[in-house]
Amino acid sequence: MEKFSGLEEKVAAIRAKIEEAAAGMDSTKAVYEGMKRFMDPKKGVISEMMKEMRSIPAEQRAEYGKRVNALKAWAQERFDELGSQVKERELACRYEQEKVDITLPAERTHAGKLHPITQVREQLIDIFASMGFTIYEGSEIETDYYNFTALNTPQDHPARDMQDTFYLSPEFLLRTQTSSGQIHVMENDRPPIKILSPGKVFRSDDDATHSPMFTQMEGLVVDKHIALSDLQGMLDIFVQKIYGEGTRTRLRPSFFPFTEPSVEVDCSCFSCGGKGCRLCKGTGWIEILGAGIVNRKVLENCGIDPDEYSGLAFGIGIERTAMLKYGIGNIKLLFESDLEVLDQIDD
Amino acid sequence: MLVPLSWLKDYTEINVSAQELEKKLFSCGFEVEELTQVGKDISGVVVGLVETCEKIPDTHLSLCSVNAGEHGTFQVCCGADNVRAGGKYPLALVGATVIETEKDHKTVKGVATIKKGKLRGYESFGMLCSGVELGLTEDLYPGAGYNGLLVLPDDAPVGADVKPLTGLDDWIFDVSITANRPDCQNIFGLAREVAAVLGTPLTEPALDYTESEEDNADFTVTVDAPDLCPRYIGHCVDQVKIGQSPAWMRRRLALVGCSSISNIVDITNYVLYEIGQPMHAFDGEFLQGNAIRVRRAKQDEKIVTLDEKEFSLTPENLVICDGDRPVALAGIMGGLNSEIRDTTKTVVFEAAKFMRDNIRRSSRALGQSSDSSACFSKGVQEYQTVMGMKRALHLVQELGCGRVLRTHRDVNTGNTLEPRVMKASVEKVNGVLGITVPEEDILRILKSLQFEPVITDGELTIKVPAWREDMESYPDIAEEVIRMYGYDHIKPTFLSQAKVTMGGRNIRQKTLLKIKRALCAAGAFECIHYSFFSPADLDLLRLEPDHEWRNAIRLINPINEDLSLMRTTLAPQMIRAIYRNQNRGRMAGRLFEIGRRFVPKSLPLTEYPDERETLCAGIFGQGESFFTLKGLADTVAETLLLDFTYEPARLPFLHPGQTAEIFCRGEKIGYLGKMAYELEDEMNVDRNRRESCFVMEIDLEKLAGWFGAVPVFTAPPREAPEKRDLALVMDKSVTCRQVEEAIRAACGAVKDVTLFDLYEGAQVGPGKKSMAFTVTFRAGDEPQSAGAVDGYVSRILKKLSAMGIELRS
Repeated sequence: MEKFSGLEEKVAAIRAKIEEAAAGMDSTKAVYEGMKRFMDPKKGVISEMMKEMRSIPAEQRAEYGKRVNALKAWAQERFDELGSQVKERELACRYEQEKVDITLPAERTHAGKLHPITQVREQLIDIFASMGFTIYEGSEIETDYYNFTALNTPQDHPARDMQDTFYLSPEFLLRTQTSSGQIHVMENDRPPIKILSPGKVFRSDDDATHSPMFTQMEGLVVDKHIALSDLQGMLDIFVQKIYGEGTRTRLRPSFFPFTEPSVEVDCSCFSCGGKGCRLCKGTGWIEILGAGIVNRKVLENCGIDPDEYSGLAFGIGIERTAMLKYGIGNIKLLFESDLEVLDQIDD
Repeated sequence: MLVPLSWLKDYTEINVSAQELEKKLFSCGFEVEELTQVGKDISGVVVGLVETCEKIPDTHLSLCSVNAGEHGTFQVCCGADNVRAGGKYPLALVGATVIETEKDHKTVKGVATIKKGKLRGYESFGMLCSGVELGLTEDLYPGAGYNGLLVLPDDAPVGADVKPLTGLDDWIFDVSITANRPDCQNIFGLAREVAAVLGTPLTEPALDYTESEEDNADFTVTVDAPDLCPRYIGHCVDQVKIGQSPAWMRRRLALVGCSSISNIVDITNYVLYEIGQPMHAFDGEFLQGNAIRVRRAKQDEKIVTLDEKEFSLTPENLVICDGDRPVALAGIMGGLNSEIRDTTKTVVFEAAKFMRDNIRRSSRALGQSSDSSACFSKGVQEYQTVMGMKRALHLVQELGCGRVLRTHRDVNTGNTLEPRVMKASVEKVNGVLGITVPEEDILRILKSLQFEPVITDGELTIKVPAWREDMESYPDIAEEVIRMYGYDHIKPTFLSQAKVTMGGRNIRQKTLLKIKRALCAAGAFECIHYSFFSPADLDLLRLEPDHEWRNAIRLINPINEDLSLMRTTLAPQMIRAIYRNQNRGRMAGRLFEIGRRFVPKSLPLTEYPDERETLCAGIFGQGESFFTLKGLADTVAETLLLDFTYEPARLPFLHPGQTAEIFCRGEKIGYLGKMAYELEDEMNVDRNRRESCFVMEIDLEKLAGWFGAVPVFTAPPREAPEKRDLALVMDKSVTCRQVEEAIRAACGAVKDVTLFDLYEGAQVGPGKKSMAFTVTFRAGDEPQSAGAVDGYVSRILKKLSAMGIELRS
């Protein structure tokens, strides 16, 4: 050891100096500068020691170099350690500074919503499209023939009194039912036919529960051997999809000129499950649509042989469905475009 | 239709409760809208025998001891003048409910509960009641109209409930009858259904009468308009004694809401409710020429009806005339000139079938209606006409109010009243239902409905009674069977025999939905407005008188003027919706509607008008501007894989400096702009608390040709594109698009030009502005050299410089 007088002391001193300097290294920059001071390849304290090797006798150089390299390795390790410690502290500090009150309100872009009528309409289309129905949207302005006469409601038929019609001329009127679409389709297509005809319809009614314009969806199936049991089977699936599994239907006699037999269809109350509640007025059933087997005369009017083919038809009120499903009490709310109404339903 | 249970019981045995019957009727197609007990408000009232009755001095009151049998004997104070010991009266026990009247003892105030009371210091344990206090009238129960106690029969059992005794336990069914069953628009008609559904025998009302030998031989009936009156029966009655009808008839009429007038008039009304045949009785003395003629009215012919209203007629109206002048508005109301009076001695009864459409139209056109016209409008069958006349003549004899002559005139068009034979295979009937109804059930049901069914080798033969005009073919038979058999027998099947078909939306339907969803994603809410609007909406837009939007289709019978035109633009309803929202404190929002505009090809309409699917968007609130709305337009363009361009434009309802027309591939497809301030003033919104609105309309029909375009994929370049920012100074009049186009024209390598800053002010000098653009160059798979990009930029700057546009220093 005495061969390199003072080397041990010098190494110890440098170590001590590094340790001393380390205490003040509170930033990445300070660590970097400290490291440069000691380890810069040209001017660093340790590099200086390496340079001194030239003055060391040749037989001792290996030993000397080994010692200095050990010091260099130690210092490098020490600075790396210091560097990562400081980085860790700095990050911790930055994280602390960037801490937010996570209960501050969210920032987001608000999407709009489809109208509740559109939502129900598209849900119904999805259900029936999956059963093989195509969509036919007829015109809102119709002729007397398509709205009434072809649907077995000639001029003197008492059923004309069932609907108060808006007339535009003696021949043209605002359709009172989407059933008029049936005729256009049956005139142009041949069975098998499965169409769904959604659209706006108009009746001269304006009070708390009636709007002069509302939306109907007519369904029509024409094929061989279509029976009332098929109607109920199809509607059972429909009510389960719309109002939930376990919903059942009930048919009861009614009258529409374009179907025979005609039925009103009730579904078991989805609010109370049929036990009786306010929604179903204690009956356990809710009236949801009118339906029936297509009247033979209607098929004949469209050039379809009623002895070969039969059909079923149903008409759903979209507003009523939406109001029942979402608990909307007043039909007028659907046409007022109040943002607070439109923002509520997203189904 | 009101149907008293007691009246129904005339025709069939009803051994179920009213509630049970309601359910049965519901199940076979007759919905009972309301079931009400006649005495629904009355309870706890029993027969009381007044044992002692002493005047309380210096009052009008009597102190009575009333024996109420099992309920006990009570001290009751009574103010009625007809109370006497030994009499039987209704006693409302403490806790009973009765009708409360005003001081006049007549006007109904409500329902009261009887409490123990004290009058002039005398305790009273209950109340002796008048007819009014039991909710009765003279017509409902004889003696009930007296302003004093209702006197009960001597044999009334003491302590018994008075409701059965006075008919207060009767039930009234308010039945809704579907339009295909006019035969059930009367009590006997409904009784047929009741008998069928209960399986009980049916008894017809008595129709027999004997004619006297006397004849009014000269009496003639002529029908000049058999198309409107296929059957007219006239029958003469003399020795008429006008008087009050018997209590049972008055009571029944009262129960169905018809006031009693006199025996002859009551008979006509009774037959109307019972058989569904409107009848009329003319005073024979006032029938000039001893004749009836049914004809169309002459133009401007006048008649004064029973209610003393005068009508001016047209040949559309059918009238009944005597030898000279109209004496009745056929099927609607009789004339004042031949009305039954107290002195009437001879009567001509009319039973006729008038065509329902004519009666309905006349009734509507004249604004005159009656129970008769309502009945004819629903449809009367000749079966009822014949039966009704027989019933009326029977009642004349039963009531003893006249002598039925042999003078019977029946003018008809030869329609038979015999049943029609109808055949159908049982298989077809079951085929409609999708189930197999056992043959014995089919037979039982059709027999109960009087169809006399026979099944031979699967072939069903029925005889359709004349009153069932609705029966046309086997689906009708199927309906008759299933409504009585029960719909709950149907076993649901899911189109078990139908062919598989392809379903789903077509391209147009998918595209409209896609546009809606894109607008929702852009923060807009869908709304739906009426297809009709107001002339005031067109005025709101300040449109010139000859503007095409003013060429709107008018409703002949609108609900009101505000809903009288088919809309030719969606903008006014959108504008109103926006300010309606502001009135409710919603100060910002985006709305859109996709709906139809109606463009007539001719007016009045002779062909279908053009129904043009149109998009209207309206936005308002802080942060919204012309450009945010333009963003919505570009959203639509992007959704359809199209580009829109915009040209400055003027529209009378939009800001002259913030309005553009929208073009797509050279075609004008719509407009957008800020709403003119003049319109804001017309909106009923607080001036200091309102936000401007921006509105846009796009004719989607013009874009329909591009619906369904399929996007083409381009592989993205590997290198990031080079970008350069250019701040440029130019005259104020230069538009953004001019600069953009110039940059693109100068260099083919330009991919995008995006404005990122706009400045006008001192730093660039008056009349000038600065626009800063980021120019993005098309990237490739190799890096672009800086030198090449610098070359592009200098080409661009050179081109701009030629236009007087320089780099900002």
